[in-house]
Amino acid sequence: MNYLLEANCLYKRYDSKKAPALNGLTLNIPSGRIVGLLGPNGSGKTTFIKLINGLLTPTSGTVTIGGMTPGTQTKSLISYLPERTCLQSSMKIEELVSFFADFYPDFSSEKAYHMFSSLHINPSDKLKTLSKGTREKVQLILVMSRDAQLYILDEPIAGVDPAARDYILKTIISNYNENATILISTHLISDIENILDDVIFIREGNVFLYASAEAIREEKGKSLDAYFREVFTC
Amino acid sequence: MTWKLDSDRPIYAQLLEQIQMQIVSGQYPSGSKLPSVRELAAHAGVNPNTMQKALAELERVGLIQTMRTAGRFVTEDTLLIQNIRQSLAREQLAGFFQNMRQLGYQKEEILSFLKATYEEG
Repeated sequence: MNYLLEANCLYKRYDSKKAPALNGLTLNIPSGRIVGLLGPNGSGKTTFIKLINGLLTPTSGTVTIGGMTPGTQTKSLISYLPERTCLQSSMKIEELVSFFADFYPDFSSEKAYHMFSSLHINPSDKLKTLSKGTREKVQLILVMSRDAQLYILDEPIAGVDPAARDYILKTIISNYNENATILISTHLISDIENILDDVIFIREGNVFLYASAEAIREEKGKSLDAYFREVFTC
Repeated sequence: MTWKLDSDRPIYAQLLEQIQMQIVSGQYPSGSKLPSVRELAAHAGVNPNTMQKALAELERVGLIQTMRTAGRFVTEDTLLIQNIRQSLAREQLAGFFQNMRQLGYQKEEILSFLKATYEEG
C-alpha cells in the first residue's frame, strides 16, 4: 500500500548541546483521513510540520508526500496553514483571494467568498484592520478553499470564538474532498475530537501512539482529551 | 434535532442510537429518504467516516436500505420498526423498575405510584 505521507526515521537537531526536536520519528498516513497531531509544547509537532512543508531539512531520515520529497511539486499537493500569519497585512481580503487564485490552480474563489459571507467578513477590508480571530478565520478559509490532497493545519482555531469554531469544523467536514487527508495540530482537543479519524500522540520527538479515535474511546472509556491529560500528566 | 454526543464513548454507537431513535419516533418515517452522509456528519459535527460506520450498522440490521444511485432510505418494513420500538421501550421500563427498586419500592407500590402520578397529569 502507498501512503500519502511517509516519514522514516526523521531526526532533527537544532542545537548539538540540546536534545533533538525529532528523534527518529517514523509514521505513515494514508489518504482520506482526518488526523489529529497532538502533543505537549515542545514535543516536535511544528518541527514535523515544517519538515513536511520543506521549510526545514531533516538532520537525517526522509519524509515523502505522494512519494516525492518536499519541493515545488509537493507544494501543489499540500495546503498549509502555518501557526503564524504569513500574509501581507496591508492587503485587502479580495486581493488575497486573487493572489491565492493566481498561485494555486486548485483554489476556488467562489468557495472562499461563500465562507467569507457566512462568517460576515467583508472582502474589501484590509487584513491589518481585522481582529486576531478574524484574521485567523481569513487564513483558514483561504487554505480550505484549495482542492489539495493534504491539508496541514497548525493550531487552526486557537483564536477563534466557539460559535465560529463550530462553523469552521462543519465547513471542513462538508468541503474537503474525501480522498484528501487533513492533519490538524492543536491543543484544543475537546473541540475537535469528534471529527478525527485517527490520533497521533507525539512525545519527545517520537510517536507515542497512533490509533483510531474510536478505538481509544472504546479501550480507555475516556475522551481523547481526558486520555491526553492522563498520558501527558505533569 | 440536536445531537448529543459524549466524548467518553465511541461516537459511532451514539450516532447509531440517535438515528435509530429518530426512525422509531417517526422523525424519519418509514420509506423516507435520509440526508447524505456528509450532511448528517456536518450537522452532527462528526467525521463522515464515523457517520458512515453508524449507517452501515443500521443497514446491517435492516432499518436502512441503500438504493444504488438514489441514496439511503428508511426501511418500509414497519413491523421491524415496531419491534425495535418495543424493545427500546422495554429497556426503558427495565431501567425504571430497577431505579425504583433501588429506592426501596415494591412492585405493587410502584404500580400504584405510577397510576397516581399518571392521573395527576
